[in-house]
Amino acid sequence: MKKIEVPQDQSSLNKVNSKELYYAVDENGEYTTALSSGWDPKKIALDNALEEIEQRIEDAKKRVHSGVTSPIEYYMELSKMDLPILASYVGFWQWKVKRHFKPSVFKKLSAKKLKKYADVFDISVAELQEIPK
Amino acid sequence: MKIDFTHNQSAHCENGVVSNLMKHNGFKISEPMVFGIGSGLLFCYIPFLKVNYAPVVTYRAMPGQIFNRFAKRVGIKIKREKFKNPKTAKARLDENLAKNNPVGLQVGVYNLMYFPDEYRFHFNAHNLVVYGKEDNKYLISDPVMENVTTLTDKELEKVRFAKGAFAPKGHIYYPTEFPKKLSLEKAIIKGIKHTCRDMAAPVPFVGVNGIKTIAKLIRKWPKKKGAKKANHYLGQIVRMQEEIGTGGGGFRYIYGAFLQESGKLLKNEKLIKLSSEMTEIGDQWRDFALEASRIYKNRSNNTALDKYDEVATQLEAIADREKVFFKKLKKAVS
Repeated sequence: MKKIEVPQDQSSLNKVNSKELYYAVDENGEYTTALSSGWDPKKIALDNALEEIEQRIEDAKKRVHSGVTSPIEYYMELSKMDLPILASYVGFWQWKVKRHFKPSVFKKLSAKKLKKYADVFDISVAELQEIPK
Repeated sequence: MKIDFTHNQSAHCENGVVSNLMKHNGFKISEPMVFGIGSGLLFCYIPFLKVNYAPVVTYRAMPGQIFNRFAKRVGIKIKREKFKNPKTAKARLDENLAKNNPVGLQVGVYNLMYFPDEYRFHFNAHNLVVYGKEDNKYLISDPVMENVTTLTDKELEKVRFAKGAFAPKGHIYYPTEFPKKLSLEKAIIKGIKHTCRDMAAPVPFVGVNGIKTIAKLIRKWPKKKGAKKANHYLGQIVRMQEEIGTGGGGFRYIYGAFLQESGKLLKNEKLIKLSSEMTEIGDQWRDFALEASRIYKNRSNNTALDKYDEVATQLEAIADREKVFFKKLKKAVS
């Protein structure tokens, strides 16, 4: 890539006033560095990935409201986590976390365990027990 | 206290931390030099592992390996420590800062508040330098950011003790011993040979073969997984290739810069020529990303199958070219 071709598209880096560094060649073929504000092909990929997560959150929310799963799964999605990540944060086995997804099991969780989940999600126990409409 | 430390922005975090720490200790080493000597370039498809519900490919060596190889090859010693207890981890960091020693830290990205929200995923192999503490805030030089920043005690503890794959466990590291004179010549050749060996590895997931395997999978995805998943998978490949830290083209441009710098240092014309070929290969990777983005842009639509075939063919062409390239490169240094 030539230095003048280093893309200057919009990206969320603009929000934090930063640019990223690229390696590119100048007119004499010498390698140098250049800053880029973003590149559309990767912005689209990132946007799609985020949209995918949004959908997962929405889906989890619906399933909590219809009593199929517990709020833990909703907050897991909201925190961009998956089962292995959540399990390692709360320090339980994955099968155990999965069991806590069951609304009937969730209702009987000890205050200590609830607190653990709430801390990981950075919310209060009350918020953990009741998810937004 | 504030250590007199110069923040130089880099493309990739690990190379950047190493390069900046080396410069701080009086050795002028560029980012591409660290990357090349540490044999950072790679292609690897990791089967059975999914991140964000999509298959994982990587364009670089495992976290930590680049610095380890670099250190071994140029003859410096690194001290590395991990911790169970956040308090001990903090104490060790403070000790080093008090000794005027800036240190590298491995951290998780998810709670790095100075990153844009969109970039905050549970990725735990990020690296940064702490170079002091003022007004109860740690002074942070994150090599991928244009400017230096700060983190509070609590914020730093959170990212140092992030959980999940590659959990940093408070990982702290810094160089401790240096040779009198850094001799790069032998180190460069070792680094290049290692990369050539990796790229020609006789296993289906690594190097040139790995690229071919992924191309094959891409052809199958739309039929086997449906348009939506296929697009999601393809998008993840492009993200890994072009995300911040790669310097563009899946690290191929950084490698091109390394070959050019090495060619001049070793007075090896062949390396300089191969550098411009590496640049062209990098351009081919960029073209692949561009074409792929045209597919996943219309993610809900049922994209024609031949579009997937087209990008797969592009990848196969890259694989063939890299195969020849790394053979030539091996010859150029032996």
